[in-house]
Amino acid sequence: MKENKVRFKEKLFEIVGVLCLLFVLTFLFSIILKLFLDGLHRIFDLKFYTSYPSRFPQEAGILSAWVDTIYVMIGAIFWSIFLGVPAGIYLEEFGGKGRLARIIEANITNLSAVPSIVYGLLALGIFVYRFKFGESILTAGLTLGLLMLPVIVVTTRESLRRIPRAIREGAYALGATNYELVFHHLLPYSIGGILTGVIIATSRAIGETAPLLTIGALTFIAFLPPPPWEDFIGMLKSPFTFLPIQIFNWVSRPQEAFHKNAAAAGFVLLVLCLILNSVSYYLRYKMRKKYQW
Amino acid sequence: MKSEIKIKVEKLNFYYGNFKALKEISFPIFKNKVTAIIGPSGCGKSTLLRCFNRMHDLYPGNRYEGRILLYPEELNIATNGAEPLYIRMRIGMVFQKPNPFPKSVFENVAYGLKIKGITNKKVLEERVEKALRDAALWDEVKDRLKENAYSLSGGQQQRLCIARAIAVEPEVLLFDEPTSALDPISTAKIEDLIVKLKEKMTIVIVTHNMQQAARISDYTAFMYLGELIEFGSTEKIFTYPENKLTEDYISGKFG
Amino acid sequence: MRIETKKKLDLIFKGFLVLTAFTSILVTIGIVIALLEDTIRFFNHPEGGGFPSSLIRFFTEKEWTPTFVTKKIGILPLLCGTFLIAGIAMCISVPLGLLIAVYLSEFASHRVKEAVKPWLDFLEAIPTVVYGYFALLGVTPLLQWFFRKFDIEVQGMNALSPGIVLGVMILPFTASLVEDSLRGVPHYLREASYSLGASKLKTAFGVVIPAAKSGIIAAYLLGASRAVGETMVVAVAAGMYPNLTLNPLEPVQTITGYIVQVALGDLPFLSFEYLSIFAAGFLLFLLSLFFNLMAIYVKSKVERY
Ligand SMILES: Nc1ncnc2c1ncn2[C@@H]1O[C@H](COP(=O)(O)OP(=O)(O)OP(=O)(O)O)[C@@H](O)[C@H]1O
Ligand SMILES: [Mg+2]
Repeated sequence: MKENKVRFKEKLFEIVGVLCLLFVLTFLFSIILKLFLDGLHRIFDLKFYTSYPSRFPQEAGILSAWVDTIYVMIGAIFWSIFLGVPAGIYLEEFGGKGRLARIIEANITNLSAVPSIVYGLLALGIFVYRFKFGESILTAGLTLGLLMLPVIVVTTRESLRRIPRAIREGAYALGATNYELVFHHLLPYSIGGILTGVIIATSRAIGETAPLLTIGALTFIAFLPPPPWEDFIGMLKSPFTFLPIQIFNWVSRPQEAFHKNAAAAGFVLLVLCLILNSVSYYLRYKMRKKYQW
Repeated sequence: MKSEIKIKVEKLNFYYGNFKALKEISFPIFKNKVTAIIGPSGCGKSTLLRCFNRMHDLYPGNRYEGRILLYPEELNIATNGAEPLYIRMRIGMVFQKPNPFPKSVFENVAYGLKIKGITNKKVLEERVEKALRDAALWDEVKDRLKENAYSLSGGQQQRLCIARAIAVEPEVLLFDEPTSALDPISTAKIEDLIVKLKEKMTIVIVTHNMQQAARISDYTAFMYLGELIEFGSTEKIFTYPENKLTEDYISGKFG
Repeated sequence: MRIETKKKLDLIFKGFLVLTAFTSILVTIGIVIALLEDTIRFFNHPEGGGFPSSLIRFFTEKEWTPTFVTKKIGILPLLCGTFLIAGIAMCISVPLGLLIAVYLSEFASHRVKEAVKPWLDFLEAIPTVVYGYFALLGVTPLLQWFFRKFDIEVQGMNALSPGIVLGVMILPFTASLVEDSLRGVPHYLREASYSLGASKLKTAFGVVIPAAKSGIIAAYLLGASRAVGETMVVAVAAGMYPNLTLNPLEPVQTITGYIVQVALGDLPFLSFEYLSIFAAGFLLFLLSLFFNLMAIYVKSKVERY
């Protein structure tokens, strides 16, 4: 009798748990479906990808948005790797239990929880007005790079931690210096993990809107930045837009026709994120198999 | 039998933080001989061995007192002024568990040479082959030089690590229980190897295996709780130990 | 290469590492300087009445209109909107997060877990502006349709819809943190409970959850910090009207929403509008810092098993 009641309760709870999960997954799939259906005939319209924004919803496209997004993201990835990987190496390998390392660590934990729009204010106040970088691709890349930084630092540390101590001792015992250890061993053996982190951070940053709004991302931009091989500085200083910003602009307009564009662009962005996520899964899996210490 | 001294340990104290792991250790290590360090677990054998090539520098909070003199120039290893990079190029080490790099067999052996600045491909190939021959591994891997070292067996991996260490032709080679993770056949191979290697270099080996110490070493140091209890020729230590503790340990009463 | 050269290179290398690690501190300093300096300027600005009366007005006035001709600078409506939406989000996220975490860590088979995890990760990776789109054009119409049955008018912009969407949005994050802390409970505690004849359910709710209490609370505090700082969902779907109300069916504006609204216009450097977003942003920074520090503090009081 009691036995049955217990079993019933347990079954009930399992059902509740599954229902909760189903709710969340339904939510996820309705988002995807909603975007897909709303944006349907723009998604498969090639002109959508080759046109500049326009006052006429049927003619508007995301050409400048996706091109600028690529430029900005290359900058962001560059900065986040350039600053994040060495910082991760320092904290994991050489920081020890020192005060400085502990402070930096706590600081990074905190930074990763700072709302992204605060990074936008940092960029506006410091990069745009104090450093005079302008409302440019440079500023945007730097801002998103800083936003990605904590993820890169943390994943770098995690993948270094997976390398056994014996490898380090083996290298040092042969007379390797710290930089030799890092470049010959630690980086090659952890590159997969680091890359996974970069991809995850990229997929988050590419969906960011708020921090770029404050630094004056344009929503109506009918030209592309000069190609970097012709005018690198000009490219860096060029005004920019960003795919999520274009979406925000379209969804904020009252006309429904623009909402369709927003849905189509949103779907493109979503697919991009899905691809990035899958790649990171695949990489992680590959790396697990490659280095089984 | 008069031998040249290679390393002289003088009143060495070593601290992990506040914990004194080595107490007033003094003994000589003779050139082109095998010196075994034995003692119960936790007595400080590894700690002592790792003093010789400054492995303790990798972790913070450790401290040396006393002197470890490396001959011929009587360079004191146990001061902060001594250059670990330089010392480690002269004093190689083989660890308890094989720790090859996840690179090819060739790259593993060539690694020490590369960081010494040898880049000539011809020279590298020669030296790698020689080291692998000296490590009695050449015949087994000569067709697999490009394969990942992790595809070798445990015993082969350990000999690869030995090859890696001897490729740079160190003056002293340290072994920390090199065979404790291996099967008897691999162990025998490595023991033979060590005896052969002493023609070219000085060898210090930590071992738990009494027979092994008796078989391959010329001198034996017995340690207990961070102290050196007795040092002498292996023959003497194993037949007429002076100290009661040594006798008990060797006859297997504890350990 | 000579050893001396190598040593020098090594020193430079290490210096470079320290420098890059130090940039994270510079970022924090940059944030504090940028926010604090302009916040001070905001409170000293004559259009706000100058210090200290501006500060008093900031906390006592009931309207927030720094962009209007008659400037009211009471932060209360923005705070109210922020916490209203964050509160709705937490109402979704707390129970669902706990249920999902308990289910996944204590009941679900390995296969279910493996199948569900990637989707939860993906949910976390969806761009926030897409969530915003869904809130405005998916959830709001649904709510309007639903409430019309009870003759209740839901406005096109309201707090409820972005609140719900936000709750689901932070769900994967909180659920995985909760799950981590559940998994951190040692197995012998569970076994002890089973050996006393307790059921799985009783063990989960009577032993495991209490043992993981501080980790769970920390997870929710971090979730709340996200909800408070989230921008795009509310900017799209909550409206642009600072509204001192607790009615979730009315439009509201959050701190983040206000910053977006002002940032969309042209911002003359050091104008009152420009400064006002820094004051608002500074408050937001403090709020999220408060939640994060609370989370760290709660977590630091580790249970002794
Ligand atoms: N990194 C460390 N920090 C603090 N104490 C340590 C550290 N490494 C070793 N010790 C302590 O120093 C003493 C000597 O350790 P050591 O590893 O040298 O012993 P051992 O003789 O090599 O033992 P075994 O035969 O088990 O390898 C032990 O009491 C050990 O607990
Ligand atoms: Mg040992």
